Amino acid sequence: MKYKILFLFIFPGLMFVATAKGQDDLLSMIEKTEKPTIDYTTATFKATRIVIGQSIELPPKGNLVFLISHHFGAMNTGYENLFGLKEAHFRLGLEYGITDRLGLGVGLNTDKNTWDGFVKYKLLRQSKGARKMPVSIDLFGNSAIYTTQWADPTRTNYFSSRITYAVQVMIARKFGNSLSLQITPSYVHKNIVPTSDDHNDIFTLGAGGRMKVSQRVSINAEYHYLFKGQVVSTTVYNSFSVGVDIETGGHVFQLFLTNSKGEYEETFLTETTGKWSNGYIYLGFNISRMFTIVKPKLPKE
Amino acid sequence: MRTCSIIFTLLFITTISAGAQKFITKTGHIRFYSDSPLEKIEANNRQVNCAFDLATGDFVFKVLMKSFEFEKALMQEHFNENYVESDKFPSATFIGKVTNFKDVNPSKDGIYDVNVEGRLTMHGVSKNISEKGTFEMKQGKLIGKAKFNIAVADYKITIPGNVGNNISKTIEVTVDLTLDKASM
Repeated sequence: MKYKILFLFIFPGLMFVATAKGQDDLLSMIEKTEKPTIDYTTATFKATRIVIGQSIELPPKGNLVFLISHHFGAMNTGYENLFGLKEAHFRLGLEYGITDRLGLGVGLNTDKNTWDGFVKYKLLRQSKGARKMPVSIDLFGNSAIYTTQWADPTRTNYFSSRITYAVQVMIARKFGNSLSLQITPSYVHKNIVPTSDDHNDIFTLGAGGRMKVSQRVSINAEYHYLFKGQVVSTTVYNSFSVGVDIETGGHVFQLFLTNSKGEYEETFLTETTGKWSNGYIYLGFNISRMFTIVKPKLPKE
Repeated sequence: MRTCSIIFTLLFITTISAGAQKFITKTGHIRFYSDSPLEKIEANNRQVNCAFDLATGDFVFKVLMKSFEFEKALMQEHFNENYVESDKFPSATFIGKVTNFKDVNPSKDGIYDVNVEGRLTMHGVSKNISEKGTFEMKQGKLIGKAKFNIAVADYKITIPGNVGNNISKTIEVTVDLTLDKASM
């Protein structure tokens, strides 16, 4: 009798153990054959800009981004100017991902009717798993041409004087899910500068980052240090911007405050004449919309 | 003494069954489909791992969330980043068994309607589910198919209000696998 009871308990117990063991065997069988994969870090930043400067993000292959970068006027201009709201300085831009690593962009700026074009290349992608890479690195180069009338039409002007260049190296790392940081050394070349004391080659060192506060909202900040003695004929300051990223489906909306009026690298890196403490604060926003132009090929059934 | 021998016999049987025929694939196909008024979203994963034990009807699925491919790169980013949080929960598993496996005769070719039951773990949430599917033996291969719906809320996946019309609250899941006999 005692044995029978014991049997009744043990038998279903053993059946359960057998089933669980069988499934564990199957799971370990799968795990044994699994190849380690390279797990690339995605979405280090939500947009192709941290605030006003470039982030390591590129439009994915076959995707076109339409980006409006808008700055109002400086807030210290008083009620007559509606604290800057009456002014509009903006850049209309298009960016396209030729591959996942190579992107091209063009833009039209209201600042001296400047056209700019850029190439951005992803040299390294942060990854874990089968290949471990601590950072992502992008190379960026642009050229900008202003197209307004010459400041002094009576002298001999050369077309090359209209052109400026910028080169950046972006080194970024995503720490966990919410924090991403980027270091951005930049080099700007201007074919013509106001005085012989001003340098044609200008170097800056930037840092920026974002902290997610929810799945779709993050706080971003960006700072570019302009090494002293390079721009002397005008008083220039370091560019500092702080903003909020709001993601809504296909749009990313970035709302920010900055002391830089310009929207492209040459201007905000080397021509920031406003100082935060003097009220030269510009309210601005970026709106980006992504369009899928070329759909990824699906494997045949 | 008699108990001992029963236990011994049962253990022996278990050991034998563990060494029996197993089928496996690494290239199974799972498709997600969300049909909503504004947008139809489809994702395909063709790197589904599945193993099936022909002796018991037990099976195991393991799916890497990052292997789901979407038509739009942005959808894929949002799926991984905002919805299933692939960095935190890299894979989904479904561990279960065919409950009416006694009706199946795997030694000859044929198609059977089967009931499957098991534990689906996704986004860190485990749920017991029970669905219907088909089981087919064909020229030494095992073909499994199923189509069912899952509610995203069951797995603590939240869809924000502003995209509520773009993403359906229930996702249609289609499973299509061909398993080969595992070389032991």
